[in-house]
Amino acid sequence: MTNLLEVQNATKRFGAFTALQDVSIEVPKGSIFGLLGPNGAGKTTLIRIINQITIPDQGKVYLDNEPLQPMHIKDIGYLPEERGLYKSMKVGEQALYLAQLKGLSKREARERLKYWFDKFDITHWWDKKIQELSKGMAQKVQFIVTVLHRPKLLIFDEPFSGFDPINANVIKDEILQLRDEGATVIFSTHRMESVEELCDHIALINKSKKILDGKVSDIKRAYKTSTFEVGLKAENKNGLLDTLNNKFNTTPADFKTIDDQLKLKITLEDTMSSNDLLGYLSDKGQVLRFNEVIPSVNEIFIKTITENE
Amino acid sequence: MSNLKLIIRREFIARVRNKTFVVMTFLSPLIFVGMIGLITWLTSLSKDEVHEIALLDETGVFEPYFKNSKGMSYIQYSDLSLNDAKDSVIAKDLYGLLYIPKNKSNKELEKAIQFYAEEAPNIDVLQRIEKIISEELTHQNFEKEGVDVAVIESSKAKVDIQIENFLGEKTSKISNYVKMFFGGLAGYLLLMFVVIYGNMVMRSVIEEKTSRIIEVIISSVKPVQLMIGKILGTTLAGVLQFFIWVIIGSVLFVGASFYLGVELQPESTVQVSEVLQEEVNNQAQLIFQDISNLPLVSLTILFLIYFIGGYFLYSSIYAAIGAAVDSETDSQQFMLPIIVPLMLAFYVGVFAVIENPHGTVSTVFSMIPLTSPIVMLMRVPFGVDWWQILISILLLFGSIWFMVIFAAKIYKIGILMYGKKPSYREIYKWLKY
Repeated sequence: MTNLLEVQNATKRFGAFTALQDVSIEVPKGSIFGLLGPNGAGKTTLIRIINQITIPDQGKVYLDNEPLQPMHIKDIGYLPEERGLYKSMKVGEQALYLAQLKGLSKREARERLKYWFDKFDITHWWDKKIQELSKGMAQKVQFIVTVLHRPKLLIFDEPFSGFDPINANVIKDEILQLRDEGATVIFSTHRMESVEELCDHIALINKSKKILDGKVSDIKRAYKTSTFEVGLKAENKNGLLDTLNNKFNTTPADFKTIDDQLKLKITLEDTMSSNDLLGYLSDKGQVLRFNEVIPSVNEIFIKTITENE
Repeated sequence: MSNLKLIIRREFIARVRNKTFVVMTFLSPLIFVGMIGLITWLTSLSKDEVHEIALLDETGVFEPYFKNSKGMSYIQYSDLSLNDAKDSVIAKDLYGLLYIPKNKSNKELEKAIQFYAEEAPNIDVLQRIEKIISEELTHQNFEKEGVDVAVIESSKAKVDIQIENFLGEKTSKISNYVKMFFGGLAGYLLLMFVVIYGNMVMRSVIEEKTSRIIEVIISSVKPVQLMIGKILGTTLAGVLQFFIWVIIGSVLFVGASFYLGVELQPESTVQVSEVLQEEVNNQAQLIFQDISNLPLVSLTILFLIYFIGGYFLYSSIYAAIGAAVDSETDSQQFMLPIIVPLMLAFYVGVFAVIENPHGTVSTVFSMIPLTSPIVMLMRVPFGVDWWQILISILLLFGSIWFMVIFAAKIYKIGILMYGKKPSYREIYKWLKY
């Protein structure tokens, strides 16, 4: 799979402060790429470099195998975390203006806006001023403006903040549809459940450095520890617990069940397979639960960050 | 359409659609005319006021010379004692009491006359009284020395210099005031334009920053493009407003001069007849004649050039300030670099130019870019060599280039800085990023 965007060894300093140090990322074409990191890690600086708002001190950026240059502006759509539109400007005029700045002709912009306004059922907002709209409504307008010029690369910084669950879902579906139509999406967020749900690839940035990146499935595979969550029903619960504690590396587990059972997590040595464990356990009692513990992105996030402190 | 054009158009429309703009454009000329009317009316009011002055002349010599005149009337108190007279003046609430003591020599009398009043009396009133007494004392002194007063009176000469330029046009002395007025008006107008429109630019930058649209815009266009587009769009709005004012002003002027019966022929030599000059009622006509003799067209063109130049220079500073701060209240600390040169220019204009339009101070300040727009405009009605104007304009537009580069550096860093209130030192650091 080819990469739509490649950032190579980007470094950016502001005076004595280093905002980004030697960061490289590769965003495959057609993927949804999660850009993660705590506040102030350097995500926004990286996004601004990709948007050509900030010029890196060192490093190179390639879009579609070409060095990034001003003509690429029309290939990128950017929804910043801090949303903003001209408050006293009318919705339609404003959308036309911003679309034209991205290189669309007025006629083209008007046609596409009509499509999106119909789709979101907001045609009657056209002559309203932004200040008359609610925050969520203004965000919808901003989303449309971001995707209107059909960019190859879409950058969403916290796209769901400010939306109620229903509208967040609408936006999520739109993002997925845009991806299916061929767009590549960079997705910067703190909400790990949406990363889990949407992203194929992630990069984790902390304190101006990239500390982790790759395919989500690969990362999870690397971070899993052959740990299994087990629920057992047995006569002698305490006796069995002692036996298991002696034989395996265990930790207590907590999950909801209807009736009383022994709950624990068992981490296996390399010498033992999950089938061996299951066989052993089924001899001791009735196995009600047996599943591999896959670390969530959230856990990986916290673990990597704290390890890097 | 190119992005710069799009930005200019948006900014222009945003300014012009603003209600304040519409109101200011059409109401200001009316307010201006109204103000002049109000001032004239107020002055005429105070002229109608009559000061009643009690006169206690113990010598009895000066009494006959105090005749009721315009604005002053005298009441004889000469048979009262000083204390009774004071009480009476207070009781009757008169303007004041003039007391001329007796048994003094003429020399002593010069310092012995007193004026009692509750409030400090009007300078004009005092001067008129002093003149009456001085004249009479002088007469007495002459007579004492045996000089014939009639001879002195008849030999007094009164010179009235007639002003004429080399083209043979006669002008009144008022013409200097007319030039001052128009020069001052142009300078003042430019000052107001720079402050009002510069502030608009700054507010608009702050608005983009606080509404956070800035990040969306500069992911499409270069910050410098946005800054220049914003300044140009706002300039166009200013020029439009100025043209509307010029049209309204010309209509008012032509209407007024038609009403007063002045023939407007700026090209031909306007002969001001002797009769006209002597008639006070035709003063207004004379003034209009002087105005129509001014280089109004070149003044208007120069105003536009200097407005655009001066405004560009200052509004780049305004834009940089707007980018550096988060709110208008924070901008106050950075206003100094704008206010100081503007005020300096204005005061140089008011004091130096009117005193001596072609003196060293006036000439130097009409060359320095930050002050030249205002100072030069004030000099123009008095006639300035074309090469001086040319140098001044070249310097002005040359410095704009540097100022825009300088401001753009602050601007492009500032617009992405939130939350902190920067200091001058911090901004200096931005220049080096």
